[in-house]
Amino acid sequence: MGAVSLRNVPAAFGAAVLVALVGAALAAPWLAPRPPDEIRLQDSLKGPCAAALLGADPLGRDVLSRLLYGARVSVVVAVATVAVSLFVGTLLGLLAGYYGGLVDEAVMRVVDVLLAFPGILLAIALTAVLGPSLRNVILALSLLGWVGYARIVRAQVMSVREREYVLAARSVGAGDAWIWRRHILPNVLAPVIVEATFGAAGAILGEAGLSFLGLGTQPPHPSWGSMLNEGRQFLFVAPHLTLAPGVAIMAVVLSLNFLGDALRDSLDVRRRGPS
Amino acid sequence: MRSFLLRRLALTVPVVMGVVTLVFLFLHMIPGDPVEVLLGEQALQADREALRKELGLDRPLVVQYGVFVEGLFRGDFGKSIHQRRPVSELIRSRYPATLRLTAAAMLVSLLLALPAGVVSGLRPSTLLDHATMFGALLGVSMPNFWLGPLLILLFSIHLGLLPVSGSEGAQSIVLPALTLGCSMAAIVARMTRSSVLECLREDYVLTARAKGLSETAVVWKHVLRNALLPVVTVSGMQFGSLLAGSIIIETIFSWPGLGSLTVQAIQTRDYPLVQGCVLTIALSYTAVNFLMDLLYGWIDPRIRFDGSR
Repeated sequence: MGAVSLRNVPAAFGAAVLVALVGAALAAPWLAPRPPDEIRLQDSLKGPCAAALLGADPLGRDVLSRLLYGARVSVVVAVATVAVSLFVGTLLGLLAGYYGGLVDEAVMRVVDVLLAFPGILLAIALTAVLGPSLRNVILALSLLGWVGYARIVRAQVMSVREREYVLAARSVGAGDAWIWRRHILPNVLAPVIVEATFGAAGAILGEAGLSFLGLGTQPPHPSWGSMLNEGRQFLFVAPHLTLAPGVAIMAVVLSLNFLGDALRDSLDVRRRGPS
Repeated sequence: MRSFLLRRLALTVPVVMGVVTLVFLFLHMIPGDPVEVLLGEQALQADREALRKELGLDRPLVVQYGVFVEGLFRGDFGKSIHQRRPVSELIRSRYPATLRLTAAAMLVSLLLALPAGVVSGLRPSTLLDHATMFGALLGVSMPNFWLGPLLILLFSIHLGLLPVSGSEGAQSIVLPALTLGCSMAAIVARMTRSSVLECLREDYVLTARAKGLSETAVVWKHVLRNALLPVVTVSGMQFGSLLAGSIIIETIFSWPGLGSLTVQAIQTRDYPLVQGCVLTIALSYTAVNFLMDLLYGWIDPRIRFDGSR
């Protein structure tokens, strides 16, 4: 680590894109040339030009401004989903792995049931039932997200809890909480960080997919997914509407994947099968 | 093999029960009064009562659950609110189109991924390997609801080679299948590559080389036969992702399958239809996983006798 080599290029690219993303999300009100929902019908479907770098949508709204504000949605969903799933997943994984028996059985059966719904099917169904809103998107994606952390933490805890140093700690009277903090959590930290990186990518893709279907952010608020959906009808006359949000989503997801790969290598986390 | 089958079955039954229960609860997760959400605030009191009765919402939850499960055994998924037809009939009319699309997507992705993954694995760290793996990463990172419009832009609008949407003619399946199969191709290519790399390090490959087999024979008889085993599992698991992906892809390409029916049901708040679609997709996925497990146990006896897996 530390040496500049060709191997670090993707990770550096990823880090740069993510810094830009967070910067864009935080500074959107100052960076955006116009308010994201300001309608100017005379600019309808205008292509990219000096006045509007990324062009305008059917209502004449500035695509660049909407893209910048859309970054906020992506960042909020990614951070919130990862935080909720990481907390719930780590806790349940810890309980299941450490105590085993009935607790483990119960947690793992729930995991099995959730995994029986492929991809974002359950998130689609849940947001459809609960009603489309940002909060429900985060809720639905977290409901799927915690499973990954729980499985990783559980497996790790099961292998650590039998080690001699844990036995030694217990024999000198250490309590569960102390053993968790000193011996178990440090061991699960690395794989959880890697999972969180990929989880953020999944959350961003998930939100975009749900918004694409009209189940996420509601108009007039911009989200990259709903922008893609709106642009779809004007593919022939205004391809810029489809290109801009698509490139944004892909750049961010690719960056998170680059970072995840780099973290996995540098933290020496054993390779998992493809999810 | 029989005990293996029973063991697998014992794992699958609780999953199916859990899935059914969760989907049953959908109707009760609607915030507020589901009947009001379905009919709108202006609906007549009589209509509300009629729908409440039809959905069985006037009965205790346990009874509703019993009726729901008993209906499933008879293949009865309830009735669509807007189309006034049995949900099972609607699903049956749409299911074949989705299976056709999924199968085509699987074919496309295996055709793309297997050669690419094998070549990368046999020649690691070459330019070709790097290019393939970068392409695979791109494939995983590219949302299919973006890839679809891009392919339409290229093949339908600029080149005019393929239809934009619909399901008429054999050509119309090409773009949706390509869009749907791309992310699976990326995953399978990565998996194949690492699997080939791993097999090349095995002792039996060393033995095969030591006894003077030609490289072609080593690769075909010893490496590939073993390396493709995990690929079978991954392909089975990917079937689920394809089914889930079809929800978005079918909407983009107006493909008349289960996916576009699901979206249509969601948009019209036809919850019995949503329940039926989600249940069908989840149970299909569970069934395929079960069959893949059996297939895997059959082609690789090590799994069958190892109780831990």
